[in-house]
Amino acid sequence: MMRAVGAADIAPRTYAWEIRAGGLKVRVGAKRMAVDGLDLSLGTGVHGLLGPNGAGKTTLIRALATVLRPAAGSLELLGEPAGGTGEAHRALRRRIGYLPQEFGYYKRFTVREFVEYMAWLKEVPKADVPAAVQRAVERVGLADRAEDRMKTLSGGMVRRVGIAQAIVNDPAILLLDEPTAGLDPAQRLRFRELLQELGADTCVVVSTHLVEDVAAACTDVVLFAEGRLRFQGTPDDLAAAGGPEHVGDSPLERGYSALLLDSAQERGTW
Amino acid sequence: MSVEHASTRIVDAYARGGEELAADEVWALEAHLETCGACRERLSAAVTSEAPALASLVGTVWSELEPHLAATVPVPPRRRWSAALTAWLTPVMVPWLATAVSVTLIALLLEVTGVRPGLGNGPLVLLFAPLLPVCGVAASWSRGLDPAYELTASAPRAGLPLVLRRTAAVLGVVIPPLLVGSWATGVSAGQWLLPALAFTSAALALGTVVGVTRACAALAVVWAAVVLAPTLATGRTTFALQPDGMPVWGLLLALGAGVVAVRKDAYSLLGTHR
Repeated sequence: MMRAVGAADIAPRTYAWEIRAGGLKVRVGAKRMAVDGLDLSLGTGVHGLLGPNGAGKTTLIRALATVLRPAAGSLELLGEPAGGTGEAHRALRRRIGYLPQEFGYYKRFTVREFVEYMAWLKEVPKADVPAAVQRAVERVGLADRAEDRMKTLSGGMVRRVGIAQAIVNDPAILLLDEPTAGLDPAQRLRFRELLQELGADTCVVVSTHLVEDVAAACTDVVLFAEGRLRFQGTPDDLAAAGGPEHVGDSPLERGYSALLLDSAQERGTW
Repeated sequence: MSVEHASTRIVDAYARGGEELAADEVWALEAHLETCGACRERLSAAVTSEAPALASLVGTVWSELEPHLAATVPVPPRRRWSAALTAWLTPVMVPWLATAVSVTLIALLLEVTGVRPGLGNGPLVLLFAPLLPVCGVAASWSRGLDPAYELTASAPRAGLPLVLRRTAAVLGVVIPPLLVGSWATGVSAGQWLLPALAFTSAALALGTVVGVTRACAALAVVWAAVVLAPTLATGRTTFALQPDGMPVWGLLLALGAGVVAVRKDAYSLLGTHR
């Protein structure tokens, strides 16, 4: 199903980067800075956000989704400062899609009702809601289960509903926090195809701890550890960073462990 | 505005395809067709007469496609009431609201039958009226109860309008049974309505600072200290709920509303869902 092209779609962009952070700091709890002085520029494409557990990936994604206020530094999304208020802030949020790591849903809703509810929360114009919902549900391959209640779905399907609700407003920035958790290998392949499709005209940020996801679907890798940017480049650059002396089963894994080596030594092997 | 339409020669040549038309003519015609229904109609007639091979190909495709289209499940009509309801209440609030209404009805029943398990001789409805809406607000904006809290907080609609909507829904459900209760027991509505609204606004105001769930828990403690404990101790309606105490509640209501208005942006952040 195609969407009609509106004036907003062909208007010239007035920003160079969809996401631009300078010296970004985001606090978690009273003391800890989970994101500590991050400089990052992300444009259109699929960006894989890699990092060990506790690196601050979720906090960064939450800050990008504007549900956490930065403690310091600047964050610009689609050319707008992220800390704004009022109508400009709402207009910015309408162009962001977000799948949280813990994707909570209402068990009694059907797939269609849930995605419709999210479309309502995202202020999709009322007349566009049915078509937008159908398109989103078809894109994640759940058209035949659209009238089933959420509690009857498997874990992988619930995850796909999460992706459907994230793309229902045709976002310009799509933030997916661990979207491949719970998907089986075939679904994972299909999901990577969907990511590449979306990445053609959207800035997609995918946080993951699976290096193979990045190799298959991402145009760009952002390696993130202890709240700071360690590396940004193509998957090939990441592979080139590792040598045979580093741990890992694939060139990407060796590159990953090579770049994280110094931080691992500081904190012990775990 | 008079519009110049495409000539029959150009339309026919376009329908036949091939090299007959220059590129600029094709371009101009296509630009015109996008905006002109009359010429599109002429083109479709021209395709049938000028390019029968193309017309029969389209016909074949349609005849093959039609059985598949018929088999596609049509989108069922939207359940209007559920869509309208979710704009005001989250599904997780429904069990809580049912509890609140039944608590009111049970208290009313006790009152009418004269069974008073050690709650003094003041009207029972006064005792819990301030707390019921506060619990509803907690249920509508709590991380523990609402699984979709993070999605809600990240949506453009999150913020003061959504909070007020949900609060209004809570009050709309809770206040009618309380009204019936107070009418049946002869308590004036103002005596509990003002404290109830004051507690609700205080919960929302405090919620912007420490999170709504914590704010509601704190207010429940305050309620126990200011209303419940004195009533149980003295066996009479406490001063706080006497008509003399009303200006204080009014002040609290105004203060709460003011704080909510000033700090309204906090409702679109994750911290308020604590």
